[in-house]
Amino acid sequence: MENSSSSSIVSTESEKNSVLNLKETELRLGLPGSDFLEKKAGTGISLFGKDLKDEGNNGFSQIPLKNLVSGAKRVFSDAIDGSGKWGFSMKGGSEVDLGNGGSENNNTLQSCLAGPSGKEIGNPNPAKPVEDKNNENNSTAPASKAQVVGWPPIRSFRKNTLATNLSKNNVVEGKSGLGCVYVKVSMDGAPYLRKIDLKTYCSYAELSSALEKMFSCFTIGQYAPHGLPGQEHLRENCLKDLLHGSEYVLTYEDKDSDWMLVGDVPWEMFTDSCKRLRIMKGSDATGLAPRAMQKCKSQS
Amino acid sequence: MAYSFPEEVLEYVFAFLSSDKDRNAVSLVCKSWYEIERWCRRRIFIGNCYAVSPQIVIRRFPEVSAVKIKGKPHFADFNLVPEGWGAYLYPWISAMARSYPWLEEIKLKRMVVTDESLELISKSFKNFKVLVLSSCEGFTTDGLASIAANCRNLRELDLKESEVEDLSGHWLSHFPDNFTSLVSLNMSCLGSEVSFSALERLVSRCPNLKTLRLNRAVPIEKLPSLLRRAPQLVEFGTGAYSAEIRTDIFSNLVEAFSGCKHLKSLSGFWDVVPAYLPAMYNVCSRITSLNLSYATVQSPDLVELISQCPNLKCLWVLDYIEDAGLKALSSYCKDLQELRVFPSDPYGAEPNVSLTEQGLVTVSAGCPKLQSVLYFCRQMSNAALIAIARNRPNLIRFRLCIIEPQAPDYLTLEPLDTGFGAIVEHCKQLRRLSLSGLLTDRVFEYIGTHAKKLEMLSIAFAGDSDLGLHYVLSGCESLRKLEIRDCPFGDKALLANAAKLETMRSLWMSSCSVSYGACKLLGQKMPRLNVEVIDERGPPDSRPETCPVEKLYVYRTVAGPRVDKPDFVWTMDEDAALRLS
Repeated sequence: MENSSSSSIVSTESEKNSVLNLKETELRLGLPGSDFLEKKAGTGISLFGKDLKDEGNNGFSQIPLKNLVSGAKRVFSDAIDGSGKWGFSMKGGSEVDLGNGGSENNNTLQSCLAGPSGKEIGNPNPAKPVEDKNNENNSTAPASKAQVVGWPPIRSFRKNTLATNLSKNNVVEGKSGLGCVYVKVSMDGAPYLRKIDLKTYCSYAELSSALEKMFSCFTIGQYAPHGLPGQEHLRENCLKDLLHGSEYVLTYEDKDSDWMLVGDVPWEMFTDSCKRLRIMKGSDATGLAPRAMQKCKSQS
Repeated sequence: MAYSFPEEVLEYVFAFLSSDKDRNAVSLVCKSWYEIERWCRRRIFIGNCYAVSPQIVIRRFPEVSAVKIKGKPHFADFNLVPEGWGAYLYPWISAMARSYPWLEEIKLKRMVVTDESLELISKSFKNFKVLVLSSCEGFTTDGLASIAANCRNLRELDLKESEVEDLSGHWLSHFPDNFTSLVSLNMSCLGSEVSFSALERLVSRCPNLKTLRLNRAVPIEKLPSLLRRAPQLVEFGTGAYSAEIRTDIFSNLVEAFSGCKHLKSLSGFWDVVPAYLPAMYNVCSRITSLNLSYATVQSPDLVELISQCPNLKCLWVLDYIEDAGLKALSSYCKDLQELRVFPSDPYGAEPNVSLTEQGLVTVSAGCPKLQSVLYFCRQMSNAALIAIARNRPNLIRFRLCIIEPQAPDYLTLEPLDTGFGAIVEHCKQLRRLSLSGLLTDRVFEYIGTHAKKLEMLSIAFAGDSDLGLHYVLSGCESLRKLEIRDCPFGDKALLANAAKLETMRSLWMSSCSVSYGACKLLGQKMPRLNVEVIDERGPPDSRPETCPVEKLYVYRTVAGPRVDKPDFVWTMDEDAALRLS
């Protein structure tokens, strides 16, 4: 199967029109069950023209003959009303955006290729939604796979109960297949909080980076710049340094309901004991002194 | 002037109409019927809190005693809707506090409820009776304390699976000593231990208590004391069902259960020690509903229990039941109507139990009344689905979750199109369908052709092209709710079927290929829809128009664009271009 990777450039208008106007691809979109069905080509001509031929293909399929059907732009317009001229580009959502450079590039790239098209740039799991793009190699426990957000569709209450059950019955260390650990993250001064799955991160650096992105819209002061070189080599206790330049400190509530500074314990221990996170103003949490801890408790 | 019934007569007749559909039809007959109906409608159902505003509701229906409101989209249950999205209860309560002083019932689903709202409820409605919070969040046990303390006529407090910040179990002790009206209490989602003596006293003084669902923190040894005080119970949920094996605990339990001649429904069963299951055997013959979905018990123990329940209508269970257990179920429980099988280890790479498609096929063959199915499994085949469809044409709800996304027919490696096609073709009354496994556009063709009664459809990791979406939107006449994630559906089908969206409650699409440009267009063309883009990457304007949006939520509304949006939600309408900067 031809691999139209990120080098697939958006075809020109004329190219597209020539594909669409081919007699053999002249199909009408009738109601399901109408004679339209007999005319289905199934030869891999995609809906939007040949540049998107393989982008419509999920790639997981084992069968060579995909049920791709051609359609002409005007067919959809006709379906609405005769004159329908939709003002936007025909290209659909699978187009690669090679816009920005720097560390943001990968994100933008993947973010423009939502869903199944994401596979084309080397993403091994096309089902990975945008939120997981940071976590290509988070296989901490080989027995359980990388998580797709919200799949399988199980409610939080049940998931949390399962996690408790599995951890109780678990014999093998570290391979509990706990799935996900959702914790709420609040930030002083932000109008609402976020929920994150701690299991999708492997280190404090990843966590810090993700939180930074999530809450950057709320930050008034200066934060550490994006794409900090050598970020992946940061040791755990450098997290404090990362946030040192800003007004905020990352704290968490542990199993004993104590508020602690994030970064003091090994990562695994942290994910096991963290119940919730709070991004505090640095002035409120100097060294997380007992007074500050009390203040945390009374405010939480 | 044509002859017509006096208003009083019409009002009397309308009082017999309970269904919203009937009342809506009646109110369309003529202006005077509209007027009469609106003054006598007591129960309101709002399927989407943003489809209408409190002011509009109150203006039309001035004398309401029961309200049911749903908030976030269904996929919020699986963390697909970011925190802070909305569905706040407070504006509704503050409006209703002024206009419906005699409000008795509030039932909510997926709403954000604060302690402030709960306190306002407890103080504003003098005859408040029923509070049901299903999958809600945002409140603490302090809010529950307000309800307990102030609602003198409270009958029902049901927390279903809400996310409550559990500060302590002290809230229960706020029910006054002269409070005796409780009929139903469901606190199973709470973590903290409540004062057991307060609970005992509460149960003792409420003679009408029919439903009591305890939380995990109530130990098994304490159950007999509660059961003895409430022999009239119809629905009972245990706490943790485990203790070291002691004959006195066991015999107390047996005796206590025997005293409950009206028990029909059992639930709870966290941390089950199998040796204690037989304590319930002498009530099992009357049991119609069993929720064992937290019971980590192996198949033989489950079968023992189920074999005692010939009148079982509804079973929720973990996949520990395995195919063998389902076979037993199909032979013992001929009245079974609803089956839900949940996964015990959904994130494990390998199956941990022997539960396959076969179990479901067997139940479909053996249980003639089976109409509602939710089934998690790891393998499926077209042959099995076809068999299920042929066995059970009376299915109304069919939700299948094959754990691995895009898993093909494990026998033939083909897509599961024909299997699901058979389901929609044979099960002509099907109202709800959730798909999984490897699926092409073909399955949607079948659905559009056959699923004429389908009201809710959930799609994940399926389809090849816009054609799939087009089949569904153009063919499913009864469709009200459509939720889609990670499918290659884009602009074409959405725009071609824009008008259809006004006939539905809502459409959710996340991680699909719908471009920002198409969303803007849809919003501009369809003023009676709210077209909302949810995107946590920042303003959609900062990316090309062709870039797909992260999430799209489209719903019909008479309330106009939301005024309480967080900064990651954008409404697409004529003003969108002006407001987005």
